[in-house]
Amino acid sequence: MSQSYNRGLIEDFGRWREFTAGMWAWIFHKFTGWVLVGYLFTHIAVLSTATIGTGVYTETLQSLESLFIVRVLEVGLLSVAVFHILNGVRLLMVDLGVGLEAQDKSFYAALILTGVIAIASVPTFVEGVF
Amino acid sequence: MAERYSSFKPGGTLWLLQRVTAAFLVIVLAFHFFLLHFVNHASEITFAGSQYRMGTLSYYSLMVTFLVTATFHGVNGVYNALVNQGLDGTQKTAVKWVLVVASALLIVQGIRTANAFAGISF
Ligand code: HEM
Ligand code: HEM
Repeated sequence: MSQSYNRGLIEDFGRWREFTAGMWAWIFHKFTGWVLVGYLFTHIAVLSTATIGTGVYTETLQSLESLFIVRVLEVGLLSVAVFHILNGVRLLMVDLGVGLEAQDKSFYAALILTGVIAIASVPTFVEGVF
Repeated sequence: MAERYSSFKPGGTLWLLQRVTAAFLVIVLAFHFFLLHFVNHASEITFAGSQYRMGTLSYYSLMVTFLVTATFHGVNGVYNALVNQGLDGTQKTAVKWVLVVASALLIVQGIRTANAFAGISF
């Protein structure tokens, strides 16, 4: 089930045109994972205003939320998280040996579903900003 | 079609813990987004709201567990990705400890924040 392949230098991004679905999945998973950890540190920093004072927390969050750019970034964050979750579940299944035949298809499904969820969430995410 | 790419050495402890935390995170992260974007809108978050949620032991403990597992999963992911890229020797040891310290600080600060919401003070 688990064979090793000579994958060449995937880190050589100049070869992107030759990438297979599996490599794209891996690259997207890395990218989204790194964005999520980065966000986690920022998130705790912002929430930490609660340790200064109750008013400071409410004001900080509300002023951030009143910025259009923050709303756009939040939709981006949601998309990144949804992709990482869906593709992560796919990886867990692969590790369990489930659906090995459908790896490409499930990756495309994860991409499409991420797109759909992101678009569907836009109205909720921008509500009240204008 | 058995090709697979991973930053992890399959079968190791870190590999396993990455999968275990992932399985837990699927549920909590989806719940977190749902609760703070769709049930409560992000723009309506106030101290009172967070205080109310964090005031119950079940939510407080879920959030602290979320904090710990997400930090571990994220930082372990970064560490294994760097090792996969060929990080070794002294650099590897240095990066490891920087990440351990950063995670510890993040968790401590996260818990202090959760305590501020829950009204726990020492
Ligand atoms: C834009 C989307 C998000 C919003 C609006 C949001 C909002 C919040 C708020 C308001 C709290 C404080 C607790 C409460 O009021 O119930 C909280 C806690 C937390 N969030 Fe998020 N969050 C978001 C995304 C994320 C993501 C993607 C992660 C994981 C990487 C995350 C991890 C956490 C953790 C670990 C806590 C607990 C903090 C602690 O223990 O002090 N959040 N979030
Ligand atoms: C919500 C459900 C999640 C699932 C199912 C999931 C699943 C996974 C899996 C299976 C891997 C290993 C990939 C490999 O073998 O190379 C991984 C890597 C990673 N995850 Fe997650 N994850 C989740 C949430 C998160 C969160 C909240 C964060 C950030 C705090 C995060 C950050 C990362 C990072 C940084 C990596 C390493 C990426 C790399 O190889 O460079 N993940 N994830």
